Amino acid sequence: MARKVLALAEIRDGSLRNVSFETIAAAKTIAQGGEVVSVLVGESVQSYANELLFHGADRVVVVEHTNLKHYTSDGYSQALMAVVDAEKPEGIVFGHTALGKDLSPKLAIKLNSGLVSDVVSVEEAGGNLIFTRPIYSGKAFEKKIVTDGMIFVTVRPNNIQPLERDESRSGEVKAISVDIKDLRTIVKEVVRKTAEGIDLSEAKVIVAGGRGVKSAEGFKPLQELAEVLGGAVGASRGACDAGYCDYSLQIGQTGKVVTPDLYIACGISGAIQHLAGMSNSKVIVAINKDPEANIFKVADYGIVGDLFEVVPLLTEEFKKLKVHS
Amino acid sequence: MNIFVLMKRTFDTEEKITIVDGKVNEEGAEFIINPYDEYAIEEAIQVRDKHGGEVTVVTVGNEDAEKELRTALAMGCDKAVLINVEDDIEAHDQYTTAKIIAEYLKDKEPDLILAGNVAIDGGSGQVGPRVAELLGIPYVTTITKLDIDGDKVTVVRDVEGDEVVIETSLPLLVTAQQGLNEPRYPSLPGIMKAKKKPLEELELDDLDLEEEDVEAKTKTIEVFLPPKREAGKILEGDIADQVKELVRLLRSEAKVV
Repeated sequence: MARKVLALAEIRDGSLRNVSFETIAAAKTIAQGGEVVSVLVGESVQSYANELLFHGADRVVVVEHTNLKHYTSDGYSQALMAVVDAEKPEGIVFGHTALGKDLSPKLAIKLNSGLVSDVVSVEEAGGNLIFTRPIYSGKAFEKKIVTDGMIFVTVRPNNIQPLERDESRSGEVKAISVDIKDLRTIVKEVVRKTAEGIDLSEAKVIVAGGRGVKSAEGFKPLQELAEVLGGAVGASRGACDAGYCDYSLQIGQTGKVVTPDLYIACGISGAIQHLAGMSNSKVIVAINKDPEANIFKVADYGIVGDLFEVVPLLTEEFKKLKVHS
Repeated sequence: MNIFVLMKRTFDTEEKITIVDGKVNEEGAEFIINPYDEYAIEEAIQVRDKHGGEVTVVTVGNEDAEKELRTALAMGCDKAVLINVEDDIEAHDQYTTAKIIAEYLKDKEPDLILAGNVAIDGGSGQVGPRVAELLGIPYVTTITKLDIDGDKVTVVRDVEGDEVVIETSLPLLVTAQQGLNEPRYPSLPGIMKAKKKPLEELELDDLDLEEEDVEAKTKTIEVFLPPKREAGKILEGDIADQVKELVRLLRSEAKVV
């Protein structure tokens, strides 16, 4: 059954987030041959439309307004509801990002629908769309179907393969004019605390530190390693509780659940709560002084040793590699 | 101020998950207040102590949740409400839960509603925003700071590590992120007092809801465990050699760098 499906794009630091392309790929599966329409919302965003077409969107709808400069649930839901009115889609796909998580439940209830959130795969089987998502922070998974209403989905970054970029793809780009008004939440200030670019949930490589890092200063070698690998730094609850780093870096059952290609755990013992947040990573490396540490039980490769010795050596080794390649 | 906290009873984070008859096995498992809801409860108590009023903690579930409601009362909430759906609802989703809570709250004139930003079991984070929308009030999710001055509210929202300062007003629903506060442990006098605090139990009938009004829009058809990770290779030898070997393995065997 062919369906028309919307895919919400997201922009961060002046470029489209990867998850925008992943929403298109998920929408393609849901559409089953129907049309996939990417939606761009913001103050001035039309210039990103072509990139969405290159990644497989059939068309792009753009909503621009000064009141959409910052994300607010009121502003964005007015924009999206206008697109829904114009397009009459049967499904909407969001990224499972701060924005998607905040916005999607509001739209779902406005449209009297369910919402399958944090989806890691979509498949079609026997006429049913089946969505797989982690529960208990990845300690288990469930498969869900939509039984009534529109198909609302948020997709976890880094899990659904985007379509190959192809500049020969083209399609209609249409602006919809909406008066965005009566915002009940006003963004006064955005304080950047994270490094430019790489968000933990989207990072392909994560270098994470635990209590073994010993201090805020102790995260420095981890940051250097992450930088060489183009990755992000994360932490265990122990490191956050000890005040070595911000809670926003925490990975685990409370905190973020991540699935990078490479997870390097430094001085992390591997409590069950932490494992829940990272054990679905593709490859895990553990560096720990204690050979009995639980983390070695889930690690593909382990080095028993002092992270302050191992991590800088690792950074040097990767640097050499970079020079050679 | 009329303050409500939406609470969920969840598995203890220490618990391993096993599956029996296609469902997560709850037999013998320890349950706790969802950790993010603890932040919501703590914040609610602090707001009440500063601005006056009353904190009511609300949950949807079965009678087992009385234990967690009593814990919330022992922490300092004033009243508890259990909406017991055990006899009425077989399968529910976030649509169901939000509809029930909103129906309960619609004539309660809440000034402030707090919830955890996500439950660590289902992990959907939908119920808070859905309830706010159903009640027609604004919401802000994943907050790390809350300041109330009359009707004016300033919150700090955690957006993937960045801080967004937002101005809004009461009535309002917020969902708590880690870092909002440090939840207190129930004190012994608190536990004693909690036994005498009111715990009201309601069913769908009491809310004038029929089962079909809250029928789930999604359905779980299978629950499974991820493939178990096997312990891999512990490298040996001189640390410098181990590091070289690790880089080689990551390149040629794992092919991730």
